[in-house]
Amino acid sequence: MIDERHYNFAFLDEGSKREIRRSILKAVAIPGYQVPFGSRELPIGRGWGTGGIQITLSIIGKEDVLKVIDQGSDESVNAVNIKKLVEECTGVEITTDSEKASVIQSRHRIPEIPMRNDQILVLQVPTPEPLRIVEPREAVTKQMHAEAEYSGMWLSLFEDLTQYGEISISSEYPVMVENRYVMNPSPIPRYDNQKLNDSETLYLFGAGREKKIYAIPPHTEVVSMCFDDVPFRTENFEGKHCRLCGAAGVYLDEIIDEKTGEKVYECSDTGFCRGRRERIS
Amino acid sequence: MENPVLKIDHLTVRYGKTCEYCRNGGELDKNTCPHCKTVWACNDVDVSLYEGEILGIVGESGSGKSTLMKSLYFDFDITAGEGYLKNFEDGKSDIFAQSLQQKKYIKNHIMGMVYQNPMLGLRMDYSSAGNIAEKLIAAGHRSYDGMNERVAELLDAVEILQSRKKEPPKNFSGGMQQRVQISKALANNPAILLLDEVTTGLDLSVQAKVLELIRKIRQEFHISIMLVSHDLAVIRMLADRTIVMLDGKIIEQGLTDQILDDPQMPYTQQLVHSLL
Repeated sequence: MIDERHYNFAFLDEGSKREIRRSILKAVAIPGYQVPFGSRELPIGRGWGTGGIQITLSIIGKEDVLKVIDQGSDESVNAVNIKKLVEECTGVEITTDSEKASVIQSRHRIPEIPMRNDQILVLQVPTPEPLRIVEPREAVTKQMHAEAEYSGMWLSLFEDLTQYGEISISSEYPVMVENRYVMNPSPIPRYDNQKLNDSETLYLFGAGREKKIYAIPPHTEVVSMCFDDVPFRTENFEGKHCRLCGAAGVYLDEIIDEKTGEKVYECSDTGFCRGRRERIS
Repeated sequence: MENPVLKIDHLTVRYGKTCEYCRNGGELDKNTCPHCKTVWACNDVDVSLYEGEILGIVGESGSGKSTLMKSLYFDFDITAGEGYLKNFEDGKSDIFAQSLQQKKYIKNHIMGMVYQNPMLGLRMDYSSAGNIAEKLIAAGHRSYDGMNERVAELLDAVEILQSRKKEPPKNFSGGMQQRVQISKALANNPAILLLDEVTTGLDLSVQAKVLELIRKIRQEFHISIMLVSHDLAVIRMLADRTIVMLDGKIIEQGLTDQILDDPQMPYTQQLVHSLL
């Protein structure tokens, strides 16, 4: 752990952490609403998860156990560096086991194992504004949220269906929270959208560059936007399984086998896959 | 006489802070106060529109025609005045005093608007089907197939080939863009259609097609239409009654034949004779 005389516990000063926690509380009170906050400078460039890190640093305590994943992987450059930073400035225990962690910071995935109500999932968000694809002006999107004017978003889905015969959004699929706010669930795959609805756990979303925090508290209604006669569909992994642990019915990464040139599949959640293999062996 | 479907009383739209002089009805230089330079774009305008009729509004550029139309469609905030719609709370509530949500309801369910400039009424990068569906979505429709069926009906009504429904209006000619706008405006079977200079800038053969379409729409949909134009030939062809505007005020109104064949006001006489 780094020298406490030079750096505060969890890097940020207590005033900053308090302000961020107040923004988090507001976000929890208004599910799906983007709360502006004063995003701090960090020893990591904007766009590398600074929103998620600031949330993690503001809520983490000495007894917490942290897991950091990046696109399902515990060992990616982003995940490793974030773990190092938090470990050095807090001294908390770091884990790759989703069940053991009390705080999980993630980018692009929600762990396979269902999360509990004593855990918090912090998601890093590059573009928090779901309406950005239909309206470039921030002042206008704020007004659209205030008036619940989401015709543009629906039109964008209609247009996708008209042009391509299906909705082409693969990640960041927009959701309606408590029938009030349209929200960007961060770049998680469609497969993970269903885990947001009526969940046991608290989801916190942080966008450091865009200076926004939003939240989905436990047992919140989160519905992926779709038309009455065109149901929401997740990625289809029917008939496929992980080549390492044999798991089926989980989110899989498609890989080309270097030797055979064939398509093979592996669990996207590496911690989940490792745990299965350990149990099997 | 039957109750009008739309009744506008004392509609005033002005730009500027006003002064004692113009507030007390002092003489304006055209529609501008000579002292404070406040522009009175619409000045104490009263209009009634009856069921199934086409009401023409004529006047020179800057006379307040488009301001009147855009105010009715809530594109501008009005300064003063009241408006009542037969199809909205039995004509008992002032539409200009409604909340944003209620105004949206009126725009999406009771009125349709076709702008002179299609850029104002259409999303040029979205498909024609998407443009029409936008109005249905705004009115709360959430069935993709249902909306597509309605889009097909409307494209047929304005004689645009189904095979072009995926194309964006930016690929279309001016006349086709206006027809997409008209189909969008008709999407939710509005009681009132506002047409703002829909044939301006179109060549004569395309103009004739659009005018024929308006005539057909009126017959098929039994809709009341307010039609702004500075082209008296268009007004003569379509309008039952006509209002003449000058400097933000209505200076003459009556049956179209009466206005065009026997104009009473010097400006109207000049307007009619300049054409003849």
